[in-house]
Amino acid sequence: MEKKAIRVAYGEALVKLGEENEKVVVLDADLAGATMTNGFKKTYPDRFYDLGIAEANMVDVAAGMSTMGLIPFCSTFAVFAGRNYDQIRNGVCYPKFNVKFGFSHAGITLGEDGGSHQAIEDIALMRVLPGMTVFVPADANECYECVEAAARIEGPVYIRTSRLATPVYDPRPFTVGKGVLIRDGSDCAIFSCGIMLEHALDAADVLAEKGISAAVVSFHTLKPFDEELACVYTAKCKNVFTVEEHSVIGGLGDAVASAIIGKGVEKFMKIGINDVFGQSGKPADLLKEYELTGPQIAEKILKNL
Amino acid sequence: MDIQTLEKYARQVRRDIITMTAAAGAGHPGGSLSSTEAFVALYFDVMNVDPKDDKNPNRDRFVLSKGHSAPGLYGTLCERGFFCREEFDHFRQLHGILQGHPDTKKCPGIDASTGSLGQGISIAVGMALGAKHTGNKCHVYTIIGDGESQEGLVWEASMAAAHYKLDNLTVILDHNGLQIDGTNDEVMSLGDIKAKAMAFGYDVIEVADGNDMKQVVEALHAPACPGKPRYIILNTLKGKGVSFMEGQVGWHGKAPNAEQAAQALKELEG
Repeated sequence: MEKKAIRVAYGEALVKLGEENEKVVVLDADLAGATMTNGFKKTYPDRFYDLGIAEANMVDVAAGMSTMGLIPFCSTFAVFAGRNYDQIRNGVCYPKFNVKFGFSHAGITLGEDGGSHQAIEDIALMRVLPGMTVFVPADANECYECVEAAARIEGPVYIRTSRLATPVYDPRPFTVGKGVLIRDGSDCAIFSCGIMLEHALDAADVLAEKGISAAVVSFHTLKPFDEELACVYTAKCKNVFTVEEHSVIGGLGDAVASAIIGKGVEKFMKIGINDVFGQSGKPADLLKEYELTGPQIAEKILKNL
Repeated sequence: MDIQTLEKYARQVRRDIITMTAAAGAGHPGGSLSSTEAFVALYFDVMNVDPKDDKNPNRDRFVLSKGHSAPGLYGTLCERGFFCREEFDHFRQLHGILQGHPDTKKCPGIDASTGSLGQGISIAVGMALGAKHTGNKCHVYTIIGDGESQEGLVWEASMAAAHYKLDNLTVILDHNGLQIDGTNDEVMSLGDIKAKAMAFGYDVIEVADGNDMKQVVEALHAPACPGKPRYIILNTLKGKGVSFMEGQVGWHGKAPNAEQAAQALKELEG
């Protein structure tokens, strides 16, 4: 299967968007080679602004630029969602300015740079902001859709992307705020977001070998969240497991929990980073260390069914 | 506009500040009073704005980076005709358009929501950069505080303003020397603020008395220096115009009671 890092897709999507919409400008903070905005920089040098290693200023500059009718895409590492937070909150979300955030290198699969750089809290931070749309694309194709959608949405949008090359699935119909049924099943439902889709599908394969039919639903939009689909699959499967490369606090698991509480759920478990920071290592080793590989997910589900 | 008329407006805005904060029982009179000449000069003499067309894309922009001085801005916007003075009764009240800190979604004439210090200047830099990008000939003004200048973001924004040669940006420092916990020097010294501004690439003008309308107007009308953002230091007096507030740290974020308000209004007659 073809593999591509979602951040690469983000960079490609910006170039395409730049061609379609001349209001789009891209801001970076000395990370164009990592966030993949260098493609846009090369293609549209007059619409690319480097703000230097000053992420907070980048966000408020984007806020100001948006008031001039531009659509700024701010790009940096997801871990700086914390560093920028006051600017995202008060500079952009409070006045509902039209600024987009494409933050890359999210989660532990950032790898070797270690825990200081592995964002495990950015989804929680973004979900709690009024008016913020939160995208966590599962693959490159979904990322293209998220970037296009972000430009259409009037208001702040967060797009979480990853460093690691991950499988590219066949393009699926995309609607903002709608989850996607990837594989149907009846004994349990695995809800995933972002690159954990690959591992959720692996887990479903392992479970199938043991005679357990697992549905897999992927959510590219964490806010607004598709509560309806979550409830439909809770009613159908009764047993719900959420899988995310993020803290189990404030991310997909909590979005699902608040949607399905009282809706006939029998077993429920949040699988993710268990309130700890990451560390250096190869992405594959880290996924194993934090028990996020397909077989490990399947094992947890088996124990709890 | 002639200086005398501007001074008359400044007196009225000072009365508005007292009226508003006294009625609300809260707000920030000290820094509003020190910035009053700058507000009035900008809105009545310098900026291209029209209260009847407050979303005109070619209007000059103003960002109150020291957002807590909202009463001074609200008084000025009201006198300039952006909204009626009945709004003063709802300052800091539920459903009011005059929020504790400026809110661009609620109040006409407010170009950015501010209050989190350091952010306004950064947003103003973005506006000036956006104006250059889109070929908009407007000018962007922002008033920052001296205490606010302890925020690192002020300097990140300044670096970007010089880097992008934003000669369509004017940063005005209300240098009253006081902040919540004491003088600037007691809390966190600014050092040689003029030298710092120059070192950051600004074209700097220092105004000896930032509460002297004539001096303020002259500085704001000084021709732009091509390729450089402008930085105007206004040496001001916190609480200016109200004897018992002048130079007093305690009036940063405290409203006058009825008796104090009456005395202040009496001092501001004429």
